[in-house]
Parts: sequence; structure tokens; C-alpha cells
Amino acid sequence: MRAARVLLRPVGLAGIGLLVLVVLVAAFGPILWDGRATVVDTDHLLAGPSADHWIGTDNLGRDLFFRVLVATRLSIVLALAATAISIVLGVVLGAAPMLAGRRVGRVITWAVNVLVAFPGLLLVLFFAVIFGVGARGAALAVGLAGAPGFARLCHTLVAGVSERDYVAAARIAGVGRFRVLFRHVLPNVAEPLIVNATMAAGSVLLSFAGLSFLGLGVQAPSYDWGRLMQDGLNGIYIHPLAALAPGLAVILAGLAFNLTGEALAGAFGIGDVATVRTALGQATATELTAPVPGAVLSVDDLRVTLPGVHQPVHAVRGVTFAIKDGEAVGVVGESGSGKSMTALAVADLIEQPARVEANHLVFAGEDLTVPGDPESRRKHLGTSLAIVFQDPMTSFNPAHRIGPQLAEVSRAHQGLRRRAALARAVDRLRAVRIREPERRARQYPFQFSGGMRQRAMIGMGLMGTPRLIIADEPTTSLDVTVQSQVLALLAEVRRDTGAALLLISHDVSVVTDVCDRVLVMYAGRIVEELPAADLRTLARHPYTKALVAAVPDMETDLDRPLAVIPGVPIDPPHVPIGCAFAARCPLADDHCRAVDPPLLADAAGNRVACHKAAPHSVTSKVTA
Amino acid sequence: MSVLSFRDVRVRYGSHTVLKDVSLEIGDGEVVGLVGESGSGKSTMARAAVGLAPVTGGEILLDGRPIPRRGPVRPVQMVFQDPYSSLDPRMTVGESVAEAMPGRPGKQARRAEITRLLTLVHLDPSRADDLPGRLSGGQRQRVALARALAARPEVIIADEITSSLDVSVQGAVLNLVRDMQRELGLSMLFISHNLAVVRYVAGRVAVMYGGEIVEQGPAAQVLGAPRHEYTRHLLAAVPGTIPTVKEPT
Amino acid sequence: MPTAVPPVRGLRIPGAHPWLRFALRRTGRLLVSLWVLVTASFLMIHLVPGDPVRAALGLTAPADLVLARKRELGLLDPLWRQYADFLTGLFHGEMGVSISSRLPVAETIAQRLPATAALAVSAFLLSMLVAVPVGVVMAVLTRRGRRRRAELAFTGTSVVLGAIPDFLLAVGLVYLLAVQTNLFPVAGRDGLGSYVLPVLALAIGPAAVLSRIVRVEMLAVLEADYIRTARAKRLTALRIHLAHALPNAVTATLTLGGLLLSSLVAGTVLVENVFAWPGLGSSIVSSIVAKDYPLVQGTVLVYGVGVLLINTVVDVALALLDPRSTIGEG
Repeated sequence: MRAARVLLRPVGLAGIGLLVLVVLVAAFGPILWDGRATVVDTDHLLAGPSADHWIGTDNLGRDLFFRVLVATRLSIVLALAATAISIVLGVVLGAAPMLAGRRVGRVITWAVNVLVAFPGLLLVLFFAVIFGVGARGAALAVGLAGAPGFARLCHTLVAGVSERDYVAAARIAGVGRFRVLFRHVLPNVAEPLIVNATMAAGSVLLSFAGLSFLGLGVQAPSYDWGRLMQDGLNGIYIHPLAALAPGLAVILAGLAFNLTGEALAGAFGIGDVATVRTALGQATATELTAPVPGAVLSVDDLRVTLPGVHQPVHAVRGVTFAIKDGEAVGVVGESGSGKSMTALAVADLIEQPARVEANHLVFAGEDLTVPGDPESRRKHLGTSLAIVFQDPMTSFNPAHRIGPQLAEVSRAHQGLRRRAALARAVDRLRAVRIREPERRARQYPFQFSGGMRQRAMIGMGLMGTPRLIIADEPTTSLDVTVQSQVLALLAEVRRDTGAALLLISHDVSVVTDVCDRVLVMYAGRIVEELPAADLRTLARHPYTKALVAAVPDMETDLDRPLAVIPGVPIDPPHVPIGCAFAARCPLADDHCRAVDPPLLADAAGNRVACHKAAPHSVTSKVTA
Repeated sequence: MSVLSFRDVRVRYGSHTVLKDVSLEIGDGEVVGLVGESGSGKSTMARAAVGLAPVTGGEILLDGRPIPRRGPVRPVQMVFQDPYSSLDPRMTVGESVAEAMPGRPGKQARRAEITRLLTLVHLDPSRADDLPGRLSGGQRQRVALARALAARPEVIIADEITSSLDVSVQGAVLNLVRDMQRELGLSMLFISHNLAVVRYVAGRVAVMYGGEIVEQGPAAQVLGAPRHEYTRHLLAAVPGTIPTVKEPT
Repeated sequence: MPTAVPPVRGLRIPGAHPWLRFALRRTGRLLVSLWVLVTASFLMIHLVPGDPVRAALGLTAPADLVLARKRELGLLDPLWRQYADFLTGLFHGEMGVSISSRLPVAETIAQRLPATAALAVSAFLLSMLVAVPVGVVMAVLTRRGRRRRAELAFTGTSVVLGAIPDFLLAVGLVYLLAVQTNLFPVAGRDGLGSYVLPVLALAIGPAAVLSRIVRVEMLAVLEADYIRTARAKRLTALRIHLAHALPNAVTATLTLGGLLLSSLVAGTVLVENVFAWPGLGSSIVSSIVAKDYPLVQGTVLVYGVGVLLINTVVDVALALLDPRSTIGEG
């Protein structure tokens, strides 16, 4: 389905159409037109285009148009033969390291790497010397010269697949090396190999033409396109078409292979050809609502829409909340719940083609949904909003040293000079407990451990004076001991600066440890909001209850099975009507499946979106 | 009787010693939990046991004999962390499971065995003809478990098998592991960085640090009354155990 | 497979140590590659089926002349002796004597090398100067599916231009800009004007390919987490693209640029033949046809050394730009 769709796009159609044409001409050209291509017309030697001879004749008066057509077969056959040699040799050499064991494999890999460094044409010339001038020698030369490149590609692909766990699992299960190669490895590298082979055939065709053009390939009386071009070049003053026409044929055939390769790559899903349909729904007129007073962040009906393959995906579907000055609010949810999207949207970091809409999104007095002066907004957000991302390994620019990456904030927004900004960066690194900050500031990110990078990231947020810290799974990729250090640091920073915190996490325990209030998200909506201290005991939404019960902690009863939520989390493109949790909810009835429950607040300000949530009979605690 | 013993096992990569003379015994029908931070050598233990890491010193024995690395019988099997990498995307669930079966069972026998195994891991046997692409992460881990069981192992090594799963799915896989271990009496080395998860499935716990096992013993004792400094450090860091982190605002 | 990488290995290596190790490793690789190259070019003449001297002089040549030439070329010595002589000769800058012209090979090469080098270097510079800005601008303009039409036009043009081999471009350019309009000379090397067509013919294809690569690299880099960090720092778009994205895109570009430069060196062979350029390219072809093996041997050696030197320079540049590749590797 998908493959057919990609192949039928203009590029694919053009490529395959052209290729079919070239193959047909190659197959039938010599049968149909060999006579007309060899007949000597002594009246028209080196004639220009005419009704008889569409692109003229050569020095023996032979019709060039038909000669170009007839030459197709030899050109294509030679190119394919050479490509076949390259591929077979390349696959053997590329797969050999996997079969031959460590030491022999290393030698082969090394030899291939040395050979790849030499440009193809140089290798072709080298082999052409050995195999001699002529079609057979040239085919061997071009084929052998292409082998190292293919071997390298094949080796990289094979090595990539060999590292996958299913290959390890097969070997543990006692599957032999050859069987692993043929059953697991080759099928999984076949697609990129086919794509590259197709493209390689195109370039082999060109280098063959080049070789014949130099007079090292096909020899008279045989002729391919390169040979025709060489003959034509001498007379380019009087009769340019004689050189240009076979050239055009070479280009067309080369394009046919290349475009088909590109289309195949698209059909196999290699490369950046994913179709993203950007048709988004009309923006609904937003009514202005007043931000919650005393809040550093106030969000009303936040929606984030991403372009999907078939229709727009609603990743965040109307989220309303506020964070008071100095407050710590946690957002918990599983993958696909929209919690990270919410964080990015609040931080104004979502880019086109994704779309952010909200009735208002007010941070520290400025509504980010309303266009403002870009310069002052950059300064405002750059100094008063700190962000800590999930993966400290990839969140620093590997090409710059740590110090300047921090200092950049002060240089851009606080008008500090290089030296002063760097001094502040060192000071901030010290503030986040990085030892020897002067030396560390001069190091590159890769010289930092994960925990240290996350500290440095927090330090980067402290270059200004943050009113809010948004931390998106800041400790997920860290060890538990490092995690507790980073969380403690966050708490300390909040105590020192009075900044509020928006902590995104899938880990209920982390959120209850750190936060005052918790928002529970499911399928792009908030389903419950309550004080963090009440999460384990007073949750009312079945999802919240199940989430808490499903995660073992150090007090979990060992004699009973863990509570289980049946089914799988919602896939954002397929949100059902009605309550999104209904399919996994033990309490759900037809009403739940038909009507999405609204998020209702009780007297204490706790909110829940569930038809079945028991009305809050217990007097709820008021948030501090 | 199947006891897996690591005896002074050493693994070196170049000049870097990853396992420093580690000894550990996994008794018959016992689940031993292995905890520690990343880089402590947990995964290397697993890979050494199944022959994926070169053992440069010491020995790994099954019931006092070396583990067979050739032939159809592979009594030590492993389940991996990443459910998206552990199944060949081009093989159906049934083919993946069948590949690990010892000998060459006939078509009928194979089919029956696949059905039995998939039912055992609570998967609909009709999923046998599906490609892994149509399965969720939790379902894939069940298939991986079924494949490990297909080899009729005596010991299963589970390396962080729930850490890539969503929290709502993790519980179901943990329940499955416990049920299966009880029903089949398997010996198991259960590796995880999550102490609460290890506490839930393991009878005994070993703590690794810097390529060495610094403490081991019954789970209740190691996690309840730790003796080694590092274990205490590790336990103190588990979220939910130190309410002092929260700062008043 | 592990999710969290343990403390980076680079930390264990203090100070200048990694650079020294890099220098040693890289020099070692260069020397081994050189040895492979030298040995291969030495063996070339022995791998030719039949009698190379007989083939070169023609079937009608008298037997004693063939024998005399063979003695002159040292082909009658035992193989190890020939190899030793070949190596000592190389150390003294000697590469034997051409069979047809009877001139020292080294002299011929020294005479022709500058013309080829000038062509290759100017073509390389031109393609880099065009490709990098074009690729970067196209990446920024067309990222995340914006401006589909501009993207399609760019991709289409660059695919077509990249697919046309340099010698065909050369013929086309000769026809358009020399035969039809007389703007530039058809052939030869005479003054700056004569450089325009060969350099264009050599540079257009690589520039098209390279600009696509720059664009793809740039697109990938723009999606990286650290670019999001840079945006979270609220830097200007210009600073994000030039200071944060470009240096990371350049490493990959440079790697491929190096490969490109070495293929440009080889590409000169064809283009020189179209323009009758008095460089190594035209001489290697005529000497292959004439079976003048010593000359072929020498020329292949010089091309190969050129390629190896380029690769080394690129690696060193990469190491300077991206310290991870120096310390992280091996």
C-alpha cells in the first residue's frame, strides 16, 4: 500500500517509466534497428540532422540516431555486469567479517577501508591496466573498482543488524552463524542494498561511458554510448549533435536508475521522504480569558496539534492549569499522554508544522499566544524561564565547551561581555555543585557524566533569575543515586531562588517526593488534579488509582499480584470518542464510551474528569 | 536440579576490567535479583552467562559443568531490555518463537508448541502469524519470553526487561514473570536498576558496584537491613523513601 | 544497548595524551596505506597477463630489442630484487624511464602535475563555496516540510546535476560556451579564461551532490536536542543556525568533502581529455593505451599519494573541529 503510493509519486513514476523504456530499447533495439545502424551511406558523410538522418551521420555515413539506440544494449549489459561483480564481491567481503571471526574479520575490514579511500576511477584505471583495454577488461575493472564501496556499505549494514538483540537471541538459542546471516541479517539489509545497487548501476553506467570515452573501454567495431561520444567529440565544431546525443542517452539512462533508486528508497522507508500532510483544522476563534491571579504560569484550554499521515493528531486536547509563584507542580502520565508536549508548548518551544492554540498562555505577566516584540520576549523568556530536558547526553552542543554554552545566555540577554559572562558561568557551575568549575567550564560535554550534565543544565537555567523551571523527565536516564542528587539540587535551587517548578515525569514516586500538586494526564487531557500528598490515598479517577497501584514500591505487598491496567496506552492519532480511558476502565459503561467527562473542580480545588468518580465526601486537605 | 554458578568470573575489554572476579550462585528454582548503577557490570554478567561477553578468567558452570555452547541444547536463555530490538521485524511471532526450539520438531508439533508457549505468556495464539510491528512493547516482551522458554531452558537471564515499558504495562509483565517462575520452577537471574521491581520478584538480591558484588543475601535482609555502605546509599536514593527532599515553598 | 552511558572513557585520558595517540594512529595508517599503494603499483606490471614489454613494443619488435628493454627495466632480476630497487628508486625520487618517450617518468610527472593540481584545487574550492551556503540556506528554508515547492525544485535540480558525469558536462559546456558563443577557449591551458570551463565541468556535479548532503546533515542537526536547548536559551535564529547547527553539520560535510576532493582528483582524468589539458590525466590515458607501464605506474602512484594526503588532511581537520572523533575513537 504505502510502497505503491510512494512508487507512484512523480519521481517514482518518471524513474520507473524511464527505466522500462531503457530496458525495452536495450532488449529490442539491436533486433529492430541493427541494419539501419550499420548501413553505410556514402552520400552523407558526417552530415547534419535531416529528414533521413534525424541527428545526422558519422564519418562513414552511418545513421547516428539508430546507432545511439542500438548502443543501448551494450551500454546497459556492460553496466549491469560490472554492477553484479561489485555487488557479489561487496556482499561477500561485507558479510565475511561476521562469519570469519574477529581476527580475519578485522583484516578484511581494514583492507576494505584502505581501498575505499581511493576514488573509483583511479581503481578502474589500475585494473584497466591489468585486464587490458577492451569491453571485458573494462567490465572487470569497473566491477572490481566498485566492490570496496559496496563491501563497506554492506559491512556497515550487517554490523548494524548484528548488534540488534534478536541476533543475539538467535545465537543464544543455538542458531548457527550462516543461518543467522541468511535468516536474520541479509533479509534486514536487503532493502538498502537493493536501493544502493540500483543507484550504483546508474553510476557504473556513467563510469563505463567515461572509460569508453577515454578509449579504454569498448573498442571498434563494437560501440557503446561512450565510444560514440568519443567519435563525436572530434567533430564537435561542425557536428555537435554527434557528441551530445549519446551523452543525452547516458544521462537519461543514468537518471532512470537513480530516480528508481530514490523511489525504492522512499517505498522502503529509507531517507526523508515521509509524507507529512500539513492540512490542519481551522483555528477556532479564541475567547480571551483572564489569567489566574498570583500565578507565574496560567494556561487555559491549551491544544497542540501535529500534522499526521492521514489527519491531524491532537496531542494535547484542551489543558487548563495554573502554577502559583514558588509552587511545584508535577505532571504524570504514560507515553502518548501529551505531558511532554504540554511542557514544550508552555515553554513556547513547539515549532511549525505543529500548532499550539490556547485561550491564554500567560507566563510571568506576558501572554505568549499574543505576538509581541521578539527581542524583548526572547530576553524575558531567556532570563526568567529555565528548562531542563530529559536526555543530558544530547542536550548540550557537542561542538562547544560547557562554559561558553552557559555564558551565551548572559551575553545574549544580559549584555555581558565574554569574560564577564564566562565568570558568571563558572560561578553558576559552582552553584550547582560542580567541582573545579573553572576547569570544567573549559571542557566539552562529552567529558561530563550524565549527572554532571544535568547539573550544568540546571546551572544554565540559573544564568538568569528564573521564575519557573520546567523539567521534562530530568532524571529518567540517570541512575537512582544520581537521580536523587539531581532532585535534591532542584529543591535547593527552588529554595534559593523562589522559582516555581513544572516537573514532568512518568514516575509517580518522583512526583510525590518533589511536588506540591499533581496533574495526571491521559490521552492529551488532564484527568485528575490533586495534592501530591493525597495521590496514593485520595485519588478518585480510576486511571490514577490504577497507575499508583500498578507500580511496585518498597512497601508493595509481595504476596499479591500487582494491580494491572488491561489494554495498552492510547495511541495519539486514535483517540476514541467518549472517555479515552473507557476501554481500559473496569467501571466504564455506555455513557462513558459516548460522552467525554468534563474536568470538574470540587470545593478544595481538586479536579477530576470521570463520570464514575465518587463525589468527594471526605473533607479534602487544602493545598499549602 | 539446575544451579548456575559464577566462579571468580572476570571480563576484560582491552585494559578495562568490567567484572572483577565475581562469584554468584543462582540456586534451583530461585530468582536472584541483581541491582546496581549503569556501568556497574550487571549486563556484562548476563552477557557472559550466555556467551556474548568473553570470559577472561574464572568459570560459569551449570550444575557443576560448563554450559554447552554448541549443539541443539541451550539451557541458559536471555530476555533483553529493548522490546523493539529483540524481535526480528521480518519474522512472524511464531517463527521467532519456533527458531529457539531444540531439535527439528515437525510442522504439527511446532504449531502446537507455539500455541502452548504463547498461551503460557498470556498472548492470543492467533498472534503467531503477526509481524512484531503490530505488537505493543509489552506484547513484544511476552513474545521474547516465549522464545526464551521455547529453548526449554533451565535458567533464564532477564536483563532490564521492564525498564523500556510503560508503567501500566510493566506490572503485567512482572506478574507474568512471577507466575511462570512459580509454575515452571525456573532459575532466574533478574537484572534491574529498579529496587522496587527487584524486591517484588526476587528471593535473593545481589548488589553490584564497580564490577564487584558488594553484598548479597535474602531480599528482605539486603533491602531491609543493608550492611554495605553502597547498598544503604542506593536504598536511600529510591524515590518515595526520603520525604525530606521536598522543600517548603 | 545500555540506555545510560557510563562516565565517558575520555575522562581517563589526561591532557595531550589523546592527541599524541591520534597522531601516532593516523601516521601509522598513512604509512601502511602508502605501502599498500606502492606495492600495488609495483605489482601492476607483473599482474599484466603475457609479456608487458613485448606488448608495449608490438609483435613485430625484434627479440633482442625486447630483451634489452627488459634488462633496462630490470624485469630480468628476481622479484624481490626488483621490489627493492623500486623502493630505493622511489626514495631518491626516481620512477624509472618511459618505454615510449625514454624520458624519466619523474620528469614527465613533475612537468604535468601542477596543471592537474591547479584544476582539482580550484574545482574543489568552487564546489565547497557554492555547496555549503546553498545547502544550509535550503535546509533552514525547507525544514519540517516547509516550502515543499522550493524543496522539490532544489532536490530535482541537484539530482539531475549530480547525475550528469563531469565529462558530459564538459562536452556540453564546450558546445554552449565555446563553440556556440566563443566566450572561452575550447581547449588547452592558456591564461585564466582557459580555466573556466574545465573548473566548471569538474565543480558542478560535486557542488550539487555536496549541497544535498549539507542540507540533509543540517536538517538532522536542526532536529537535535541541543538545538532545542539553544532555542530554550532564546537565542536569535541566526545564532542558532550559524553557531550551534553549522559546526555540527560541517563535520559530516567535511568527511564527504574529502571523499569528493579525492574523486575530483580522479575526475580530472576525463575532463583533461576533453579539454586537451596538459596534465597527468591526459598522459595516463595515452600511456595506458600505449602500454607504457613505467609511466602508468608513476602516474597511478602520484594520484594515489595525492588522495591519501587529502584523506589525512581531512582527518586532521575533523579532529580539530570535533574532539570526540580524536579521543572517542579506538
